[in-house]
Amino acid sequence: MRDILGHSLNFQYELLLPEIIIAITATLVVGADAFRNELRLGRRILPWLSVIGLVAALVVSLLWIDTQRNFARLITIDNYTTFFRVLFTATAIVVIVGSHEYVERHIGHIGEFYALILLSTVGAIYMAAARDLLTAYVAIEVLSFSLYVAVSLARNDPRSGEAALKYTLLGGVASAMLLYGLSLLYGVAGSTQYTEISGALAAGTGGMTLPLILGLVLIVAGLGFKASAVPFHMYTPDAYEGAPLPITAYISATSKAAVLALFLRWFSGPLLPALPDWQWMVALIAVLTMGLGNLVALQQRNIKRLLAYSSIGQVGYMLMAITTVSVVSASALLLHIGGYLVTNLAVFMAVIAFYNRTGTEEISGFRGLAQTNPYLALVITAGMFSLGGMPLLAGFLTKFILFTAAADGGFLWLATFAVIMSTVSLYYYLQVIKQMYLYQPDGDARRWRLSPTGYLTTAVLLAGTVVLGVYATPLYTLADRATRVLFV
Amino acid sequence: MLTVFLFLPAAGALMVALLPRERSHEAKWVALAFSALAFLTSIAVFLRFDRDAVGYQFVDRFEWIRAGTAGFSIQYVVGVDGLSAALVLLLGLLTVVSVLISWNIEARTKEYFAYLLLLETAVAGVFVSLDLIQFFLFWELELVPMYLLISIWGSGRKEYSAMKFLLYTLAGSAFMLVGFLMLGFAAGTFDIAALTAQPPTEALVPLSLIFWAIMLAFLVKLPVFPVHTWLPDAHTDAPTAVSVMLAGVLLKMGGYGILRIALPILPNEARDFRVALAALAAVSVIYGAIVTLQQKDLKRLIAYSSVSHMGYVLLGVSAMGALGLSGAALQMFTHGAITGLLFVMVGLVYDRTHTREISEMSGLIHRMPLIGTVMLVAGLASLGLPGMAGFVAELTTFLGTLEAHPAATIAGIFGVVLSAGYILWMVERVFHGPPTERWAGLTDATAWWERTAMAALVLVILAVGIYPALLTETIAAGVAPIAQIVGAA
Repeated sequence: MRDILGHSLNFQYELLLPEIIIAITATLVVGADAFRNELRLGRRILPWLSVIGLVAALVVSLLWIDTQRNFARLITIDNYTTFFRVLFTATAIVVIVGSHEYVERHIGHIGEFYALILLSTVGAIYMAAARDLLTAYVAIEVLSFSLYVAVSLARNDPRSGEAALKYTLLGGVASAMLLYGLSLLYGVAGSTQYTEISGALAAGTGGMTLPLILGLVLIVAGLGFKASAVPFHMYTPDAYEGAPLPITAYISATSKAAVLALFLRWFSGPLLPALPDWQWMVALIAVLTMGLGNLVALQQRNIKRLLAYSSIGQVGYMLMAITTVSVVSASALLLHIGGYLVTNLAVFMAVIAFYNRTGTEEISGFRGLAQTNPYLALVITAGMFSLGGMPLLAGFLTKFILFTAAADGGFLWLATFAVIMSTVSLYYYLQVIKQMYLYQPDGDARRWRLSPTGYLTTAVLLAGTVVLGVYATPLYTLADRATRVLFV
Repeated sequence: MLTVFLFLPAAGALMVALLPRERSHEAKWVALAFSALAFLTSIAVFLRFDRDAVGYQFVDRFEWIRAGTAGFSIQYVVGVDGLSAALVLLLGLLTVVSVLISWNIEARTKEYFAYLLLLETAVAGVFVSLDLIQFFLFWELELVPMYLLISIWGSGRKEYSAMKFLLYTLAGSAFMLVGFLMLGFAAGTFDIAALTAQPPTEALVPLSLIFWAIMLAFLVKLPVFPVHTWLPDAHTDAPTAVSVMLAGVLLKMGGYGILRIALPILPNEARDFRVALAALAAVSVIYGAIVTLQQKDLKRLIAYSSVSHMGYVLLGVSAMGALGLSGAALQMFTHGAITGLLFVMVGLVYDRTHTREISEMSGLIHRMPLIGTVMLVAGLASLGLPGMAGFVAELTTFLGTLEAHPAATIAGIFGVVLSAGYILWMVERVFHGPPTERWAGLTDATAWWERTAMAALVLVILAVGIYPALLTETIAAGVAPIAQIVGAA
């Protein structure tokens, strides 16, 4: 088949099999939820179904290792896509397994919860896989719309509705900006295909510099919003605080990683020829994001808000890798995203387990956790230290390689600033650790245990954090193979 | 063998942490066993160390992290020369002593001993690492157990002190990491031996900036005036064993860093700034001594005397000659043993009197002759009495620096006079004078663990004092190449 310009198109639907599986699972989940009473299904069937679908998608996506094919010139299936397919499906599995008890207690619409996570995973994967601006835009919206709804799902929490409204309104504005920016880019380059944009920009903009710069500003702002980079971060703390905890975890993991994946795909491919026009912008927001995220985090009392600001800071580090875009920094970014996901999920899964037991989100509520549940305290400590960049944990090594790449790319001042901010961040992570280890528990000092799935998820993530900190070579090699397809 | 030494305590920490709750009283035995094994390993390293061989010995090396195309790698590589062999021995000894004097810790014993052992691994890592990144890794790792040890088992304003300690060190190490990165890029490797063999001649920023970025971390750790203020607080509020570790080995990380990294890798810059370093050292010695004279708290007094004594290390370094560097390295070892002993004694006194106010104590030697005598021995060693370890180190230092920095050396010698003043005055006020009714019920050191800890350190102090060649030859073998590099620059 050919399109109207005469390009041959191949509609090999099997290339999209993982996402098809996930989408079908999502509809099955909603259906099973709707007819649960008629079909006499237990409540546990929904998470089971979702996990089975995701595992199937993960396994199937391994079929295309080291292939380089595209679907109808819209979607690329290469190592980069495969890397993020595996990463995002794995993240969704972890979130679902780790939070099903929380969901039963605190979520209003259980079926929708699982279905939205599944659908947003599809959006996230296509953000990394798209090779056409419009496909990428649609993927962003699939992810965003799922999350707008998911944020509002918390039962009995008035903050949830407020957060969802804020997130939706501001998200809509950001999407509009992004779309406007993309249309300007189309005007300059004459195509929505990544490969053709790259060619057109490399050949010169022909006096269209101003529209290009305006378009780049809008694109960076729109993506900056989605990644909650400063100064477009205002909604993040409220959205994080109001959303149900598993959704907060999911936003901070998949949503961030997907935006960064898209960022890298765009700025290392179609927009690379315009490097001098956008490099300063990204460097600027990277500095602002690192600085503000880490400094404001110092004053937080609520664990969700603390993690919100800490994740803003983390995005700052990642944007640094976009600034210095190169083969070295791209693989460092993927490695860091991998390490960040594992660590951040470890912290969130532990916090969810903690919340299931105590129902508190205040940092002071963690008092004496080292005595009532030393294992959980250890998981949170390892996670926090890793986020803060303590040696022998994932956070140090991945961050170190990231900073090295930035310094290597000629942005020494940026790397220096990042090292200093990373030191600052240790202080607020320590505030949580201090509560757990230094003080006696308030009230009930009995020991308690996690649920089996709580143990399972936290143990796997804890092991991941330590293993990545000590021996990251396998993931680094994979990240390297995944990014090699970008710069061609 | 070094890898064994490095990870033995960590294995012990893990084992202690995994002890079931009802057997937590056995934690100290496990800790003692593992620290003793590590000590034996360190003795073996020291004895089997070949003083005539060139380069690092007992090297273990493998590639740790490697990227595909980036061409960037971090390696795990450990090894010792004469300098680190001596410090490894000191570390092994002081950890055993620390475990012994923690024998009657009752609160959260499992965690306590686990952190203590973890601390040993971290410090050992600093002393044996031969890769800048690995060095940094252990340098940071040491903060975690130290912070928790001070803030959980300390006294007084323990949280404030622990946080102050942490923030000072972190601020320093952030600059150190930046400095390491720039060195690594300039030379294309993080391997200390390779960097020493071929020091980078230019980097992204002036080398002198890198020098001070790295030195800042070491000077904070040493500590030197004016970045010493964390030390008295941390010492005063830390539990006894932690004070011993802090004074005995943690401060040495700063001096070791200067000798291992700052001098050999940036020799020209080191020489350019040697007068500044000598001045800093002289101010630290005198200022530390004067402040020590005014202390009313027994532990704070010893803590400030450390500031003064570690000034000698920097003084020896600033001479940039073989003798001065040997003096500095010796001073590190002897200060570790002597001040470790002083803190042990202060801890034993405090266990009995429950006060550290010097003015409240009087005539204690009548009640506890053994503690009083050992304290006097430690004090005399500290003020540099001939025949004890301190004298050897200080004499070597002064001989080494006299020619290069006469004024600073005279200031240093004056510091010794002052130290005689504060030590003797302290001993007089606390142990001599009329025995009072209040302290009539005190008992002497009778428990085996108290006596073993004291005996071990006294033995080392006397042995080094009477027959310095035990130590000096090994250390001289270690610093000779460093002296050659900075001397030739």
